[in-house]
Amino acid sequence: MMKGYDLMDAETKKTNYSDHSAYSKRNLWSGILFGLGLVAFIDETLFHQLLHWHHFYDKSTTDIGLVSDGLFHAFSWFATIGSLFMVADLRRRNALWLKRWWSGMMLGGGGFQLYDGIIQHKLMGIHQIRYVENVLIYDLVWNILAAAMILIGISLIFKMQKDPKLLRDKATNE
Amino acid sequence: MNNNHIHHDSGISLEYMLLLLIVIILMLYILAAVLSNRRHKKWPLQRTLFWTFGVLCAAAALIGPLANRAHMDFTAHMLSHLLLGMLAPILIALAAPMTLVWRTLHVKTARRLSNLLKSWPVRTISDPVVAAFLNLGGLWILYMTNLYSAMQQNILLHLFMHLHIFIAGYLFTISMIYIDPTPHRSSFIYRAIVLVIASASHGILAKYIYAQPPNGVPAAQAEIGSMIMYYGGDAIDAILIFIFCLQWFKASRPKTKTYESASS
Repeated sequence: MMKGYDLMDAETKKTNYSDHSAYSKRNLWSGILFGLGLVAFIDETLFHQLLHWHHFYDKSTTDIGLVSDGLFHAFSWFATIGSLFMVADLRRRNALWLKRWWSGMMLGGGGFQLYDGIIQHKLMGIHQIRYVENVLIYDLVWNILAAAMILIGISLIFKMQKDPKLLRDKATNE
Repeated sequence: MNNNHIHHDSGISLEYMLLLLIVIILMLYILAAVLSNRRHKKWPLQRTLFWTFGVLCAAAALIGPLANRAHMDFTAHMLSHLLLGMLAPILIALAAPMTLVWRTLHVKTARRLSNLLKSWPVRTISDPVVAAFLNLGGLWILYMTNLYSAMQQNILLHLFMHLHIFIAGYLFTISMIYIDPTPHRSSFIYRAIVLVIASASHGILAKYIYAQPPNGVPAAQAEIGSMIMYYGGDAIDAILIFIFCLQWFKASRPKTKTYESASS
């Protein structure tokens, strides 16, 4: 499918360079939204449904926890579908920039996981990662992984800004 | 067991009346499609199918085995509500009933109808925020007050609530996705925000039902019903979000020369 873009005439390709910088924000946001949706989706399918580590409802849940959980759940669902339509939109404009998109995904995924792990699990008490004695280990792995994802995302963005060649990198080369 | 005596006195005749009504509603659409095909191009078959399945989804919540179980079993009740308030409205919206009415009616009547749809009361209730309030507000009142248990005692209240759930669900759906001609349009971003908040409110209510079952509902049934509401709502919301994003995607199609040459 990617091959199709190589067949395009040189003139179209030229305009793509400017498209990339014009659409770089949209690439980043599409990635952020998809990352958020993906992490929420993994949380729901793997930890709630398959492993049964997370509980649907925990008596310790605060009201604000319920509201936060509901909002993020609904938003992540919308973000997953919407961000994929954004990818389709970027592709039809020949402006999909995968590196930028991936850095956004790391940032969005890590950001949401960190929010879930610290604010929602710990402060709002919506549920624990797993109902075991040494939950601290689970919390550490969860949040360190989240922080690592954020750092990878940020470093990717910085790399791109330092290296102007990368800014002009074509999506079709990746 | 008070359901039994309701069923013996007025229940049977009411069920037959509802069945008759459902058959008439199904037939009217097909009749309109056939009649208008004489003067216009052929009405798409998939729209008739959407209508049929939509009406059947709503019908399943009103009569038949699921509806009967819903009187006693909260999980069955929740399933029937998903069909009546969420899935049936989407299917019926996809059937574009107003478009069909328009091309079937004579020009004069059609114009009068379109004036009615442009009036301020219709504009008000078809605003995404108002439609979301009617839809979700009705649900919060139903499950967080005594209305749910009262509804099981009074057949008329029961019918009214079902009618409300369907109409509010339909209003909300057509305030989000535009299949029929829509005189009052809201921006995509405004609708997206309302859609996320409304579906969040649906999920929050589902978890509240888990925590505090409505009066007269056993905890075990409330827990399963809550999960059906939460995950079933997600599944049907995905259809709504998909159609919404698809319409957004189509509306924001690039119209520059670059795109024309790229797509050819």
